[in-house]
Amino acid sequence: MNLPELRDTYDVVVVGAGPAGMSAATAAAAQGASVLLVDEGVGPGGQIYRAVTTTPLTDRAVLGVDYWKGEEVAQAFAASGAAYLSGATVWHLDGERHLGFSVGGEARLVQAGQVVLATGALERPFPIAGWTLPGVLSVGAAQTLLKAQGMTATGRVVIAGCGPLLWLLASQYVAAGKPPALILDTTPAANWRRALSHLPSFLLTPYARKGMKLMARVRRAVRIVSGVTELAIEGETHAERITYRRGNAAPMTVPVDHVLLHQGVTPNLNLPAAAGCELEWNEPQACFQPRTDAWGQTTQPGIWLAGDGAGIAGAEAAASRGTLAGLAAACALGRIDAAARDRLATPVQAQLALQSRGRAFLDRLYRPADAFRRAADTALACRCEEVTGRQLREVADSLKVPGPNQMKTFLRCGMGPCQGRLCGLTVTETIAAARGVGPEEVGYYRLRTPVKPLTVAELATLHSTEDERRAVERG
Amino acid sequence: MFQRLPEDARAPLSFLLDGEPVQGRAGDSVAAALLALGRDACRETAVSGAPRGGYCMMGVCFDCLVTIDGVGNRQACLVPLRDGMEVETQHGRREPGR
Repeated sequence: MNLPELRDTYDVVVVGAGPAGMSAATAAAAQGASVLLVDEGVGPGGQIYRAVTTTPLTDRAVLGVDYWKGEEVAQAFAASGAAYLSGATVWHLDGERHLGFSVGGEARLVQAGQVVLATGALERPFPIAGWTLPGVLSVGAAQTLLKAQGMTATGRVVIAGCGPLLWLLASQYVAAGKPPALILDTTPAANWRRALSHLPSFLLTPYARKGMKLMARVRRAVRIVSGVTELAIEGETHAERITYRRGNAAPMTVPVDHVLLHQGVTPNLNLPAAAGCELEWNEPQACFQPRTDAWGQTTQPGIWLAGDGAGIAGAEAAASRGTLAGLAAACALGRIDAAARDRLATPVQAQLALQSRGRAFLDRLYRPADAFRRAADTALACRCEEVTGRQLREVADSLKVPGPNQMKTFLRCGMGPCQGRLCGLTVTETIAAARGVGPEEVGYYRLRTPVKPLTVAELATLHSTEDERRAVERG
Repeated sequence: MFQRLPEDARAPLSFLLDGEPVQGRAGDSVAAALLALGRDACRETAVSGAPRGGYCMMGVCFDCLVTIDGVGNRQACLVPLRDGMEVETQHGRREPGR
């Protein structure tokens, strides 16, 4: 749909067109609610199913069967009758459920009866020296380029870090005939001890078999160095070398053309936090997440959260969580009663329980090392304002800064255009370590509208009434 | 630089990069088109002047900022490439009027 067709009010507004958002919109629309889904992307899919309806890759083996499961979710959404606005950047949501967003430089406000946020996850920051150099991208970025444009990084490609997505991208590069030169695995050896008690339940899941097959395929094609404890990327105007170290062994340096970094994903907090939803610390996943109940209800009435934005659980679980939030929103609107909601939710809840198995094992095994979650001395913790780990520690120690919001006033960290998305967790964890307390005590950045940069020209395109215009006119 | 896999059969698009005529493909984001042209860096930062290129490709890092058709600070990874588009790399601070 286009902006001129947009109505002023909808029963349900969903933000995000990944599996959770599409499923929430489908479920709410099926109960007769008027639904609008707004999404920043060009087409449906979110990040995990990015470009699932448009990818130039015709060989399905490259992206793998799990990627193509997104087709079914996208088809159900397309047939749901929900209105869909792509290329829309949401910059405002408040407790009265007014949503503000822009499309192509034009801004609009809509009133939602209920809101489902399906704003997904971000890759966890990886604040090592040189991570801001051109030629260094996140693993997720490389995967986006593969899915949406059929592109791979050329030359000597080194993938560094830990987590399932790292292995998935490596296997997709192998399947595309472009294996990376080297994988530097930073999974801490000590994680195995904590993960071991969760191994039996993980082994019962389909993920275990799939994961082992995938890793075996990568191991046959790529050199892997495990137990990496230190990383630094060097170069003048481009990544030229990566230096790594395993424990007390001598550092090794290898030449590179591209470095792809990854150490897990964490919930995208900016929109729910700015809308006043309370956050809580998730210790196994080492991240903040909005507080939700089993339906996805946040601490703000009428604002629901579905998918990885409410805690990382993966794409298939996200679709189930989306359906549950969509049913709950339809119930809150009075479209269905609680008995109908529960009846429709029962099979979805059973499915979700299956999809959630094994997560405890993955969380513990792939929890990144402390050293990689806090900024190294010479690394930029805040990429926008160029604040180093050393600066954070010096200010935390000498000025006894209690948290990230005070740190902002001294160093401007988190005040650039990314609004803390690439430094928030780093700054919190670096301060927590300096103070010797937990991240939950230090807290997170206070996030506010607009959650993405908004020009005055865009704001001026909002419709205004005659009374509103008269109120600010002179003479 | 990034390279297109041989099976990509999408139509070519022409655009201007810093005044030079270059090509991308239909379905590219501006950021993807620049990477395929070997332009790993697309701007210099306002704080130190260091070169940067896109890091996340999903609209969160703001490192792929470029000027598109005269409008500065556009997120190149979120803007679909169009035929005839004028893309300029950014140098340091935002220029007044853009």
